[in-house]
Amino acid sequence: MTLDWPTLLPLIFAGLMGLAILVYVVLDGFDLGIGILFAASDAHEKDTMIAAIGPFWDANETWLVLAVGLLLVAFPVAHGVILTALYIPVFVLLVGLILRGVAFDFRAKVPVHRKKRWDALFCIGSLAASLAQGYMLGVYVLGLETGLPAIGFGLLVALCLAASYAAMGAAWLIYKTEGDLQRKAVRFLRSALVFTAVGMVAVSLATPFASPRIFEKWFTWPEIALLAPLPIVTGAAFLGLWLLTFRMPAPGDRHAITPFLTLAAIFALGFAGLAYSFYPYVVPDRLTIWEARPRPKASPSSSPARRSCCR
Amino acid sequence: MDALILSRLQFAANISFHILFPTITIALGWVLLFFKLRYNATGDSAWMRAYFFWVKVFALSFALGVVSGVTMSFQFGTNWPGFMEKVGNIAGPLLAYEVLTAFFLEAVFLGIMLFGFRRVSNRVHTLATFLVAFGTTLSAFWILALNSWMQTPAGFEMRDGVAFPVDWWAIVFNPSFPYRLVHMLLASGLTVAFLVAGLSALRFLAGDRAESMWKALRTGVFMGAALIPVQIFVGDMHGLNTLEHQPQKVAAMEANWETRGNVPLVLFAWPDEKARENRFEIAVPNGASLILRHSLDGIVPGLNDYVGEHPPVAPVFWGFRIMVGVGLAMLALSWATSWFLWRRGAMPKLLAYAYAPMAFSGWVATLAGWYTTEIGRQPWLVTGVLRTEEAVGPVAASNVGFTLAIYVVLYIVLMIVYLGVLTHLALKAAKDGDQSPMPGVEDRALAQPMAGE
Repeated sequence: MTLDWPTLLPLIFAGLMGLAILVYVVLDGFDLGIGILFAASDAHEKDTMIAAIGPFWDANETWLVLAVGLLLVAFPVAHGVILTALYIPVFVLLVGLILRGVAFDFRAKVPVHRKKRWDALFCIGSLAASLAQGYMLGVYVLGLETGLPAIGFGLLVALCLAASYAAMGAAWLIYKTEGDLQRKAVRFLRSALVFTAVGMVAVSLATPFASPRIFEKWFTWPEIALLAPLPIVTGAAFLGLWLLTFRMPAPGDRHAITPFLTLAAIFALGFAGLAYSFYPYVVPDRLTIWEARPRPKASPSSSPARRSCCR
Repeated sequence: MDALILSRLQFAANISFHILFPTITIALGWVLLFFKLRYNATGDSAWMRAYFFWVKVFALSFALGVVSGVTMSFQFGTNWPGFMEKVGNIAGPLLAYEVLTAFFLEAVFLGIMLFGFRRVSNRVHTLATFLVAFGTTLSAFWILALNSWMQTPAGFEMRDGVAFPVDWWAIVFNPSFPYRLVHMLLASGLTVAFLVAGLSALRFLAGDRAESMWKALRTGVFMGAALIPVQIFVGDMHGLNTLEHQPQKVAAMEANWETRGNVPLVLFAWPDEKARENRFEIAVPNGASLILRHSLDGIVPGLNDYVGEHPPVAPVFWGFRIMVGVGLAMLALSWATSWFLWRRGAMPKLLAYAYAPMAFSGWVATLAGWYTTEIGRQPWLVTGVLRTEEAVGPVAASNVGFTLAIYVVLYIVLMIVYLGVLTHLALKAAKDGDQSPMPGVEDRALAQPMAGE
């Protein structure tokens, strides 16, 4: 592999896109999660919860636009393949994001007796968007399969990702609030953590077993030894966080930010695992990041040499 | 119906819904900055009340713009993968610049603008207001650069069926871009001028005589009166630019079936594409020749030169007439009202009754104008480079139809709620007047500069 621009540029773009997705998942994760937790909170708590994310959600969502934008700019071919394959879940995601985005503003501005309706839509929209993202992740790791098992697996991951967003939301509330709501958030976090763990285990197992190529990458010597810290550290982080929830809230609100940071670290570790598994493919086992570049019509497998000069 | 027409309808529905909100936020950002600067200069709390009322409208419009904009960025991939495959080298970077330079600027400083008054210093809050306005305008710059490039592509070369950039300066400042950008920014200004004046007129009719209502009303009326003649002039120049670069679009706008001199200006007609003639035509002799060529016998291109290559005539013809008609109504109303406000210092009830329903006239004109120019580009997606039918994706028509139906229902509901909330906010403000206490944070803050009064 020579290090010239046509080789490097896709790598840089892939890195940036991965970073944008990770930042999006962590940041929008907590405000989507708070939307999900709306289902189990009273009117006063809802106002506090909204206040905790008010200034942030717009900027958080921008990372999604950036990630999709990078996919579009850097890998137009993959953009088309992935998004047409995920047509319906993308649609659910978008409707969910629309509903929650407008509900966020409408709930504060409609006449008081209609506020409940928009609270419900905020919750439903957040849930739908989270489920859709999870479903897409599930189907993606199975290589954009469309059979019944893939759908079933997609649904499982959908539930787990929604739960992990709820965990993020709860962790954010622990950081941002106090008193009853904070104690409640600790309980939310503990329950949601279980599903988060199930989801991560499921994705971690499904990824290598769905693709012999990825299996190779993990379960051969010496890779297996070099990669062992990844699952071990993740597991330790889970365990530590789980134990911490029994001692929260701590006196003087110490460690209030710790659950959120730990969860962010867990997300990053899981993401690193996925990135390692799929590299260099942007569409699993079909298109590498170099093949998915804008290119002349001819051979899909040829090197990306064409597109170098004009930027 | 097949996936092509359904995808087109879906994209049209999404982008029509989306454009309404940027049209408001682009210019409303600057109006808010104006309110804020007047407050800074005078210390008059009525300016700040006007700010707080309109910043709510801004937040609402911004949220709707963001969520419908996210939808658009996905739809390139879900419905039109051929677009990015063929011209992605040019469209991609322009969209990326939009996201990077503008969207982040808006999204980050919007938080300070909405939540930061008196939590940050007044100067920082003013700066945030400026940066949000600047960011929305920068967004418009990049998006219109892309759209104009699709209308009048320049600065690229085709290699193996894919467009490659050659000269970025020529790509961004392509022939129709300066005209389209100014035309759209003015359209945004007019939309906001009539929205501000229209909602203020509604408050006036509800019995509100508060100082903040008057300030917003005057701002809206005078702004509209000042911008509309500029817009008519710029629109004319934009039309001449289109005549030069996309003559088939102008031929459709004028429903002119035959290239010749002494072409009449058709005021009303039913263009019949089968017979290739106008029915029920009412026309001013030599009018089109005079407007487009500035002489009575000037040659105006006709649709006969572009058989099979020109856009559908009726929607372009009507879109253009609706836009111009609304523009003329704007001119009449804003000048009449300005005269009364300026010379008599009063708002006649009759004019208020006319203004309130004109609150959203800018939307009508903007949409009609965009339909004219976008349908007028057909059958091309990128003029001379990519036909619309070549770009559509391999998604089943049933999927596209199903999602289209839900989008349309969703957008209709959201539109009703949006209009309802704006009316509710206006009537609530009218009822409370300027006597009601401002919310806690704001009240404490406003007490400082008002101490000297």
